[in-house]
Amino acid sequence: MARLVAGMGTSHVPGVGAAMDNGKTDEPYWSELFSGFAPLRAWHAENVPDVTIIVFNDHATSMALNHYSTFMMGVAESFQPADEGWGPRKVPVVQGHPELAWHLVESLILDEFDMAVTADFDVDHGLTVPMSIAYDQPDAWPTRVIPLCVNVIQHPQPTALRCYKLGQAIRRAIDSFPEDITVGIWGTGGLSHQLGGERAGVVNPDFDRMFLDNLVRDPMANTRLTHTDFIREAGSEGIEMIMWNVMRGALDEKVREVYRLYHIPVSATAYGAIILEND
Amino acid sequence: MISRDYDDVPGTYVLDSRSYRKGYHLNMFCMSLNKAECREEFARDEMAYLQKFPMTDEQRQAVLDRDYIRLLQLGANVYYTFKIVSHDRQPPQVMYGKMSSPPMSFEEFQEMMINGGRPIDGNRSKKESGNG
Ligand SMILES: [Fe+2]
Repeated sequence: MARLVAGMGTSHVPGVGAAMDNGKTDEPYWSELFSGFAPLRAWHAENVPDVTIIVFNDHATSMALNHYSTFMMGVAESFQPADEGWGPRKVPVVQGHPELAWHLVESLILDEFDMAVTADFDVDHGLTVPMSIAYDQPDAWPTRVIPLCVNVIQHPQPTALRCYKLGQAIRRAIDSFPEDITVGIWGTGGLSHQLGGERAGVVNPDFDRMFLDNLVRDPMANTRLTHTDFIREAGSEGIEMIMWNVMRGALDEKVREVYRLYHIPVSATAYGAIILEND
Repeated sequence: MISRDYDDVPGTYVLDSRSYRKGYHLNMFCMSLNKAECREEFARDEMAYLQKFPMTDEQRQAVLDRDYIRLLQLGANVYYTFKIVSHDRQPPQVMYGKMSSPPMSFEEFQEMMINGGRPIDGNRSKKESGNG
């Protein structure tokens, strides 16, 4: 049977990928953050699952106003790094896992979660930057990946509770997959940040700390946050944090916090990462 | 127009059904810059390229002026305007600084972030920030 081993939450700021791609990680602006990545990468090196479900969002890259889905599963054999306006990142092609992806789609839809499906989707920084954070710069990514794309850009996003429940349904699907494989799940985006408007640059460390603490001890508290709570307290782009609830919903009720990293600033954001293992 | 409870958050533009409709073609123009051939065409003659999209003249002018806060007011979303600042090969902090009130240079915006970011206190609601 498939087994869910651990979850990670991490921001997916494009600047982190650009700093790596352009060899700037030793510069003073970046060095503290990247030394914080060292323990995280050491954990990942020891804990590579066969497949990782990456909950992320597309940023006007492969989806736009003309077509978008609230929840979409990537079922392709592979996914190319996308051109987001700078040319594609020179990182390895992301290898999919269509068998588990299709099992998830079937299981979720029969479980009342009506997933959209894509077999043709270039992945942007929302997915590739977390890969770079976890695995640095390998010739090929060590894990297969199932992209799970969530609309967090266009109001109304799914609720924080819906995201958590989706995670629970994903867990039921993993538990019923007959192959003996290990699975990881990542929630990406956040933490507090606002990119647009006169309030650009707003961050809220108290809110972020509360959210991270709740993830460990009281995940249901994070499901009671409304869209406006996120927009007001965590910035209009901080609402990406709902994707961490998908990851958390898939884990056991009791989890062990393995690692936490928090750093301001990364570009215009508060960077956060957490690794959680089933207790 | 239907009001929303987040309308009370100062200096914040949420992409919702109102801005969706107002900014649809403007945002789709921005989106087109994901393609290298469109970036080249835009670079050759910005106005000619903008004419291909059924946007308002005001929207076109705001693109030409790189007036990012005006673009948001005219229905653009920051993830879309990102494509313009990327096309200009500028770091996004240039755009964030221009949107800020009062406007900031790249260096000023960077410094604000390095010093802990814009504080949330005083910026939660229009009443609190005194610009209601
Ligand atoms: Fe994002």
